[in-house]
Amino acid sequence: MTTTIRLQREAFDVGAEAELLTRGRTDIGAVVTFTGLCRADENGEPIAALTLEHYPDMAEAEIARHVEEARARWPLIGVTVIHRYGRIAPGEVIVLVVTASSHREAAFAAASFLMDYLKTRAPFWKQIEKVSGKNWVDAKDTDDAAAARWSEPPPRHEAAK
Amino acid sequence: MKLLYFAWVRERIGLAEEEIDPPAGVATVGELVAWLTQRGEGYAYAFENPKVIRTAIDRNHVRADTRIDGAHEIAFFPPMTGG
Repeated sequence: MTTTIRLQREAFDVGAEAELLTRGRTDIGAVVTFTGLCRADENGEPIAALTLEHYPDMAEAEIARHVEEARARWPLIGVTVIHRYGRIAPGEVIVLVVTASSHREAAFAAASFLMDYLKTRAPFWKQIEKVSGKNWVDAKDTDDAAAARWSEPPPRHEAAK
Repeated sequence: MKLLYFAWVRERIGLAEEEIDPPAGVATVGELVAWLTQRGEGYAYAFENPKVIRTAIDRNHVRADTRIDGAHEIAFFPPMTGG
């Protein structure tokens, strides 16, 4: 399986990253991309920017562990995860997950699984800049619930190499 | 061992990292948090609600009852909000 994991300060091109996974291949039948973007408001209050703090070595290791878990659960051909850190303005990309497989079910499920785990297990923390000051974003119970639905593992398949 | 602090845990303690040498009776993550809490106001504030604090030993998530012997790097941080 082709795996790309990058943590970076710079923005990235979503289309180009997805294209990289499929270029020159004819075995991929489905590519799912999820892009997380910075919104311009938080609970109705305008925000100037987000700043993402992270724990670099652990973030990379934790994402790699979840990509490995996804690979064991679904017949994936390629996975790309890119997560930015530092200051991010409204409208800019924050995170990208791309999953490629022969068929759509695996690609959809793996992308959803990876995002749910990124939200709750990857060591990143968002701080919001508003006119009224800065505040750390609180973790959401709905994110924990979304991640928890994957904790009953389906039968494992023989992972595609 | 090296301790790392992130997000508001880092801000409340006023340090991003430090080297510590806890006393012999401090065997688990929970006991380390209790010992740190006594080190000053910033620590007490950071760990005022220990249940919300997440911990990693050598870059793996662990629980409060995990033993700390052999750990090189222990990180304390709030619940994660990436993605």
